Amino acid sequence: MSYVQNTDDDRKSMLKAVGASSIEELLEPIGRELRPRKPIDLEGPMSESEVSSLLESLAGRNRPATKLSSFLGGGIYDRHIPATVRYVLSRSEFYTSYTPYQAEVSQGTLQAIYEYQSLICRLTGMEVANASMYDGATALAEAILMAHGIKRGGRILVPRTIPPRAREVLGGYMSGRGIEIEEIPFGESGTIDPGRLEEMLSGGAAAVVMAQPNYFGLIEPAEEISKVVRGAKALLVSYVDPLSLALLTPPGGYGADIAVGEGQSLGNPQNFGGPLLGFMATRRDLMRRMPGRLISGTVDLDGKRGYVMTLQTREQHIRREKATSNICTNEGLCALAAAVYLSSLGESGFREAALQSMAKSHTLYGMLDGLPGFELPFGKNFFQEFVVRTKGSAGDFLAGARSRGILAGLELDRAFPELGGDAILVAVTEKRTRAELEAYRDLARGWR
Amino acid sequence: MSRTIFEKSRKGRKAYRLPVNDCPAEGLDLPIERVSPLGLPEVGEQEIVRHYVELAAKNYHIDKGMYPLGSCTMKYNPLVDEELARLEGFTGIHPGQDPDDVQGALQLMYELERALSEICGMSAFTLQPAAGAHGELTGMMIARDYFRSRGEPRKRVIVPDSAHGTNPASVTICGFEPKTIPSNDRGLIDPEVLEREVNEETSVLMLTLPNTLGLFEREIARISEIVHSAGALIYMDGANMNALLGIVRPGDIGVDIMHVNLHKTFSTPHGGGGPGSGPVGVAARLADFLPVPRVALEDGRYILSERSEKSIGRVHSYFGNFNVFVKAYAYIRTLGASGLEEVARNAILNANYLMKRLEKTYDLRYEGPCMHEFVLSGSNLKKYGVRTTDIAKRLLDYGLHAPTVYFPLIVEEALMIEPVETESREALDHFAGIMERIAVEAKEHPELLAEAPRNTPVRRLDEAEAARNPDLCWPLER
Repeated sequence: MSYVQNTDDDRKSMLKAVGASSIEELLEPIGRELRPRKPIDLEGPMSESEVSSLLESLAGRNRPATKLSSFLGGGIYDRHIPATVRYVLSRSEFYTSYTPYQAEVSQGTLQAIYEYQSLICRLTGMEVANASMYDGATALAEAILMAHGIKRGGRILVPRTIPPRAREVLGGYMSGRGIEIEEIPFGESGTIDPGRLEEMLSGGAAAVVMAQPNYFGLIEPAEEISKVVRGAKALLVSYVDPLSLALLTPPGGYGADIAVGEGQSLGNPQNFGGPLLGFMATRRDLMRRMPGRLISGTVDLDGKRGYVMTLQTREQHIRREKATSNICTNEGLCALAAAVYLSSLGESGFREAALQSMAKSHTLYGMLDGLPGFELPFGKNFFQEFVVRTKGSAGDFLAGARSRGILAGLELDRAFPELGGDAILVAVTEKRTRAELEAYRDLARGWR
Repeated sequence: MSRTIFEKSRKGRKAYRLPVNDCPAEGLDLPIERVSPLGLPEVGEQEIVRHYVELAAKNYHIDKGMYPLGSCTMKYNPLVDEELARLEGFTGIHPGQDPDDVQGALQLMYELERALSEICGMSAFTLQPAAGAHGELTGMMIARDYFRSRGEPRKRVIVPDSAHGTNPASVTICGFEPKTIPSNDRGLIDPEVLEREVNEETSVLMLTLPNTLGLFEREIARISEIVHSAGALIYMDGANMNALLGIVRPGDIGVDIMHVNLHKTFSTPHGGGGPGSGPVGVAARLADFLPVPRVALEDGRYILSERSEKSIGRVHSYFGNFNVFVKAYAYIRTLGASGLEEVARNAILNANYLMKRLEKTYDLRYEGPCMHEFVLSGSNLKKYGVRTTDIAKRLLDYGLHAPTVYFPLIVEEALMIEPVETESREALDHFAGIMERIAVEAKEHPELLAEAPRNTPVRRLDEAEAARNPDLCWPLER
């Protein structure tokens, strides 16, 4: 059942041309004693209809968030994906092409990624963006390694309120280089206290990370943080939600040096958390220190505009152990999805999606505010996501909601035990309707 | 030349239809900071579609023709796998959902890990790494923490000079120091050289099998003994695993850690540069070091287990590139053990067939039989003023893609060719015929090569200017 096209006759004549009597003869360099003692043990082979039934039944054993009323976020969001995005991504000219090493026959991919880079620059207010990275967490890790390299060492301060999984990814990435991460606590408001940060910075630092909005959905005092960081001559790395940039000051607007984030919500399905889209942008004077693939406009021999991969001398296939990073690919198709998404929504649609998300989340917040037994510890200074302390245990509340087709939020207790075991994170995207918000409110109101 | 989407923008045009907001913003006192325009394009839906169809037409891709790219394993991407990966039961699930709501997804991951373990002879696999180089990094972290747990601060990683460039880069990021060893005159690791280099400082030998010359390390048993008797580990870069399916299980021959590329060996598409997937497998004594969470089966229910004190932690926000797993899983189930072995055997036959024919026209530096790929040198055409890059560009004129060029670094003017098993004999003959014709052209009309390509959407591009003065972003006003 393989996709091999050659027949036994083909193989016979090919072996003759090679001068071998059998394929086995070609395996002569592999010693007999190295071959498996018994055949590998796998299910299959299967016909196309059998494999379709098998996978359809596995898919059927999932309850997709897209078919429920989902208030799950934490970096991955249930947003409307325009049909244009699915159409472009289903074109095999894009999905079956290779990395654009032969630029003359890869202009489609190259221009699309150039446009993606340009769109990311516009969102973040930065001057240059790379062609994407694995996900938000690894993009943040790469940004810290970049900043650490530029400053030739020094402390790295990271808020407690970055996504908890990114915190764990950083641990592994930094440990090899012996880079210590120091945690910036959150204050009573759930955000960074710039005065406290200034004290922490009295010992100097290579870089400070901030998340905007932070994992609790809250909007950080970016201007003040940036001022303190600049005062300490450290680099500022801002981890941003791309949709929030329609309504919040972009990193370039408050003087961040590197902007990174998770771009799944730009036209990519949730896909159980992968593939994702890490994006990274920086100032032009730092561009040669930035890891990852870069696409540049240029001209051909006839002076016609075209696109190439550039600054490859930073990369591993040329620099080997001296490379800026070991990263070899980008998340090309996910970046393409983001480009089509941003171009389809455009100026007004993107802003509208962000505004609806913010308005709907604040509407739900208002509905929950004052319900007996439910607490909203951090106030209304949020973009589209907020923390709720549930009545009784969070696990029971979420399970009760689930039985009614509502995915009411993400549990926060493991990553943030200091919030108490009853805290959840509730996200509201533009896809939710007032009726769904009311169903959520009714569930909470009637909860035990 | 295609105008950019920004040039096609006209104020007021729209390609979206969002619902009317039933939660008006008025009176909510929203914390809005940014009111200035973002500079996103404003384009109608038909124009968006035409824009991308216009771009699509400028791409070479597998559905159009053969990609003889060495070490890239550009095989056919089965349509049914694509269809199945688009089922909403897979694309629509959130990674924070309760395990009871995602049993199908967890089962698929569990069974894919088991299948990869069986195919590779490893004890356990993690699916988290998002690409091959990410797998290397993960593997090196596992090695690092393994030696730390034993109180052995071994710093050195031995890498043959034929290795992929990502290998030494991954080594460095993990805090190890790479030490390059030269290949012998047969293109293989010389056990005597290796023996001199391996000592109590050595943590890992990182090897690619078959190596990037397409050759199987004949002395692998001795290599394994040298490395292991010094207490070090063997990491295998499994980029070339397509040659070994059902023929060699790396775990059986002494490999301790390895990665596979689902986007090579297991036929998932490359997407113009990603998303890939680079699962990592380990021998039993290293299983506790794998990233968490691990998928486990408890009382008939699949769970995500965070338990493991020795784990290196996470290398990805969630579980890796799940949507890629779906395609690879469908592929493995479709082929079964017999189909996978057929893949390797046919990949090897195709490569030897093509090598036999082309060695008459181009220089073959290392004798075969080869495995799934081979490396030629274009240096015999240098006397006509022709370089390998010219051969590559001329291939584009004939509607084909070029092989991998100038890699591995140890072969001058290298042309690294991997024909893969899905290409038919006629496709190989066609490619060989064009390669032969180009060699004749090199002698008789070298200008055809120097000026190539002529039949492509653009001609050769000024890469030097791009590197001197990169244009990475379309300016807001132009």
